[in-house]
Amino acid sequence: MKVTCMVNGEERVADGVWAGESLLYVLRERLGLPGSKNACEQGECGSCTVYLDGLPVCSCLVAAGQAEGRVVVTVEGLSEGERLHPVQEAFVAAGAVQCGFCTPGLVVAAHDLLERDPDPSEADIREALAGNLCRCTGYEKIIEAVHVAARRRLPEGRREVG
Amino acid sequence: MRRPTSWAEALSVRAAAPDLLPIAGGTDVMVELNFDRRRPPGLLDLTRVPELATWTVFDGTVELGAGVTYAQVVADLGDLLPGLATASRTVGSPQIRNRGTVGGNLGSASPAGDAHPPLLAAGAVVELESVHGRRSVPVSEFFIGVKRSVLEPDELIRSVRVPCATGPEQFSKVGTRNAMVIAVASFALRVDPGRRRVGTGIGSAAPTPRTAPEAETFLAREIEAADAWASRDPLPAPVVRRFAELVAAAASPIDDVRGSASYRRHALTVMATRTLGWAWDEYRQGVPA
Ligand SMILES: Cc1cc2nc3c(=O)[nH]c(=O)nc-3n(C[C@H](O)[C@H](O)[C@H](O)COP(=O)(O)OP(=O)(O)OC[C@H]3O[C@@H](n4cnc5c(N)ncnc54)[C@H](O)[C@@H]3O)c2cc1C
Ligand code: FES
Ligand code: FES
Repeated sequence: MKVTCMVNGEERVADGVWAGESLLYVLRERLGLPGSKNACEQGECGSCTVYLDGLPVCSCLVAAGQAEGRVVVTVEGLSEGERLHPVQEAFVAAGAVQCGFCTPGLVVAAHDLLERDPDPSEADIREALAGNLCRCTGYEKIIEAVHVAARRRLPEGRREVG
Repeated sequence: MRRPTSWAEALSVRAAAPDLLPIAGGTDVMVELNFDRRRPPGLLDLTRVPELATWTVFDGTVELGAGVTYAQVVADLGDLLPGLATASRTVGSPQIRNRGTVGGNLGSASPAGDAHPPLLAAGAVVELESVHGRRSVPVSEFFIGVKRSVLEPDELIRSVRVPCATGPEQFSKVGTRNAMVIAVASFALRVDPGRRRVGTGIGSAAPTPRTAPEAETFLAREIEAADAWASRDPLPAPVVRRFAELVAAAASPIDDVRGSASYRRHALTVMATRTLGWAWDEYRQGVPA
């Protein structure tokens, strides 16, 4: 089966796709986009999170053929060339990256949260990231990274004091 | 993979190729494929069938397309179907709620499916269709065994018809942690002053999701006898206790890795007591239906 979809703004074609193959497999193995990580393949860890038609989803649970004609954005599509996206910069600045395996999925989930809610509470952040597991950091620095990213995005007047 | 773009086309593909595995959000199907638990000859993608992806309200009933996701239910149906919306909020994670559908939950027919208790409590009806016609099956008759339903190989789930709430609805789920849990036991309650009835739904505590009919009739009768639909007086403690006992008695739980049978019964008693307390308080305060 041939699958054609928009990936990070470009039309991409994957050939020889088996009907039950996941979008994650196609992105990593057929389209050379290894940013989305493959860990559990059962929707539990979120390390494969990508945008599909604007919604964050586990790409391991999308059949590749379901992405035909759809718009996919992976973590690679968030940075501009070598310039990191502000959410990525905030992860670096907050020390939220250790082994980094969970980071691409978390960056997409955090990016989506901030698009919907530029000034999320800690509870909102925890809820939005509930589908992303991290073995290393204990999450505190990840939560902090989202706060940092939010503060950097917010116009002066709306920043929390302190 | 077949990718029909209309309901009629989906039904004819289903009739011609009943071996193809229907896939909606894929949150159950893809786990099975990724782990080689299943090797269907191909997939029947339902995500391009527009009829499945929408909901409408007609005559006090929501007709919820099988392909409506949990995220949509949470966003759109909190007022009309608060029980289903509350249950949908507890499903998986944001990523799972963005893909997983109510129709897929029914299709999988897991005793732990979180949509089932509120659909049971609401007295919902599943609409099944094949090229030969349509039939309506009450949710309480839809499940016939662990992960088995009355769905025939040439049929698809079109929608589920759910009477709108006329009063408070509650959903409660016991699991091992707060996010991403499969229910160890769950319970949904509908207090339905508009129809003078009480609805219940039990999850994860029998081979199939089921109602607690004796608990429903008992409580509706007590409310009626005390004229409490009108007075909204507090429910006497013995009535609440008896209701909870009848709920727990309706279950036939098993011991498994997630919990023991006696724990599940106990959990049901606690959930029935709490949800009734919350729902009746809400009713007393006249929180709008
Ligand atoms: C990480 C994770 C967490 C989860 N957490 C929960 C949870 O908290 N609560 C819960 O209840 N579930 C949970 N699930 C299970 C799953 O998300 C739900 O069962 C969901 O409702 C399935 O919907 P879907 O659209 O993804 O179904 P799919 O996987 O696409 O399909 C499921 C089944 O239904 C059939 N089917 C789908 N649509 C139709 C149709 N229109 N007609 C006929 N058959 C159809 C398919 O053939 C398949 O057998 C979780 C899953 C994962 C991976
Ligand atoms: S690899 Fe997809 S959720 Fe873990
Ligand atoms: S940094 Fe290692 S898994 Fe999160």
